Amino acid sequence: MSNEGYNARFINRQSFIELDARERAKALFDAGTSRELLGPFDRVESPWLAMQGVTPQEDDGCVVMKGKIAGQAAVVVALEGAFQGGSIGEVSGAKMTAALDLACADNEKGIRTSAVILLETGGVRLQEANLGLAVIAELMASILALRKHAPVICLTAGTVGCFGGMSLAAGLASYVVMTREARLGMNGPEVIEQENGVEEFDSSDRALIWAIHGGEQRYATGLADALVGDETPQVANAVRHLVSKGVPPVHRSSQVALYRNRIAKLDTSQQWNPKEFRALWTTNGSDEENR
Amino acid sequence: MEQIEFNYPAKRKVPKGAHVGVVGSGDLEVLLEPAEGEVAHVSIRTSVDGFLDTWKAVLDRFFTKYDGAVRIQINDAGATPGNVQLRLEQAVEVSER
Amino acid sequence: MSEYTGVRGTVWFHAFTGQSSPMHGDPKSVLTGDASLGKEYARFLCVVPDPHGRFPCARHGEVGLEEAVTLATRVRQVIEHDKNTIKRPIIAIVDVKSQAYGRREETAAIFLAAAAAADAYGSARLAGHPVIALVVGHALSGAFLTHGYQANRILAFDDDGVMIHAMHKEAAARVTRRSVDELEKLGKEIAPMSYHIRDYAKLGLLYKLLHVENPVKPSRKEIRNVQGELVAAIEDARTKPVDLRNRLESTAAREMRKASILVRTKLAAQWLEK
Repeated sequence: MSNEGYNARFINRQSFIELDARERAKALFDAGTSRELLGPFDRVESPWLAMQGVTPQEDDGCVVMKGKIAGQAAVVVALEGAFQGGSIGEVSGAKMTAALDLACADNEKGIRTSAVILLETGGVRLQEANLGLAVIAELMASILALRKHAPVICLTAGTVGCFGGMSLAAGLASYVVMTREARLGMNGPEVIEQENGVEEFDSSDRALIWAIHGGEQRYATGLADALVGDETPQVANAVRHLVSKGVPPVHRSSQVALYRNRIAKLDTSQQWNPKEFRALWTTNGSDEENR
Repeated sequence: MEQIEFNYPAKRKVPKGAHVGVVGSGDLEVLLEPAEGEVAHVSIRTSVDGFLDTWKAVLDRFFTKYDGAVRIQINDAGATPGNVQLRLEQAVEVSER
Repeated sequence: MSEYTGVRGTVWFHAFTGQSSPMHGDPKSVLTGDASLGKEYARFLCVVPDPHGRFPCARHGEVGLEEAVTLATRVRQVIEHDKNTIKRPIIAIVDVKSQAYGRREETAAIFLAAAAAADAYGSARLAGHPVIALVVGHALSGAFLTHGYQANRILAFDDDGVMIHAMHKEAAARVTRRSVDELEKLGKEIAPMSYHIRDYAKLGLLYKLLHVENPVKPSRKEIRNVQGELVAAIEDARTKPVDLRNRLESTAAREMRKASILVRTKLAAQWLEK
């Protein structure tokens, strides 16, 4: 491709990251098949924010859409990273959980319904603390129930990434899709630096952050199933493909022996070079590892 | 947190509602709905107190050009007057499509 | 006030099982023991501090990589063993400082290890095992999501040394840019933000709040009482659905989680519309 062609393609690319939650959710559906549930005009907002001087958003930062992906019934739940860092409150968490439970009920009636969860979130919304934490536990329970019937696909594109309690939801997913810009981990660099010092994690070291939490590293170490470019058609294709693929034979979070063995073999006397770590945790665990 | 209300005269029925924006830092969301009668009612919730005059100035200006009978709700997290103007115009554009 | 010491877990694990050591091959930070409970035989699990643990960031009662995969292993063992027979109860004794905050942990995907433990507990519940969480001390954030929060029923001691929350006070104050005093004040008006277990109980997530005179040095009578409460929780779990709907259907939840209930009702109605 000529330089000119490449530039034009870059300029004309539809960035997925630049879309808000509503636009991202819509982009994943087969054209004309999606409708939003409990949208802003239903005005189901957080009962806890205004009293603390925080302006609520009418959808509480969570968009629920139902429709078809690759011709199959699907529900997409998208967190709005720009609202309170995508953090989980009572209402946004309830929307997510209820959506997955309804999808599960449809599966039980014979209508195969997958779920796609768009995670741009720092975890629990501290203004709702224990209700946020509780609903994440409930979401995890809903994922476990649904994923027996149909795939639960977690997609993190950036710029917020997926951290905190919601990273466990990603851990339970049937499939994880990430862009290079995205990050996935339980604790962000600032939190680690606060708790255990700058030697443990220098939160100003951007290269280190992406080397550990970034999409490319997660994909290379078998923690993500697809690495996509920041281009809406690519992202939608990846999701379509995974919806069609169906439930995996074994979920990653159920491969306990594999991960127990891998963790047992780690030399904890030093920090690890993330690039070298990739050699330790190749994408497909060998039979040796699975014993 | 402040709750501010404004009313403006309106002449025209509006085809449909619109929602634009996000309640992010420095941003706002606008919910616009067709209303009965000849009034446009604006309801603002903002986390930045003390800017009543600025809100009035922005809305006065907006309504010199807009005559739809609507209910507008704004949830604001510290947007500049320029951003408020932009979001209102976006909402109108979507509602007139 | 409610400083974490990690002593309570060890005390209560021993009280129920008579044991103090991990199972063969397990790290010292995870105690697993099988013991009778009422007329049944239950598996008890507890995470405790191990100052000599392999991972420097998980030596003081944090739930780290090893703790998470060990819990997952020991819970899955029960699921496998009881596949074709009576599903025995699984009791998570919870007194955990937090998740482990470390570079090694993030590199080695602690989020997945934690999910594996939650998967095991949740899968046990779905398979019909009564999973009970007994919060005897602290239950924070990712650590509680990993060890305890997938339970059918949650019980907690009504005591100042018991705390369930999403983030330690100091860290929460820093992140929300408030003082600790302001946070505590907010907690008085906003129950979900409170650090007090009695306020947590108002949220409707707890099966029962238990009064224990001396949670650090319980008498035999007290231990028997708590065992009785566990048995009651197990019986209740066995007779009801295996999902977590009880956390929304309790009397307290109907008061404090109205918005959640409204969301579920409205979404169900709109789901069917066309």
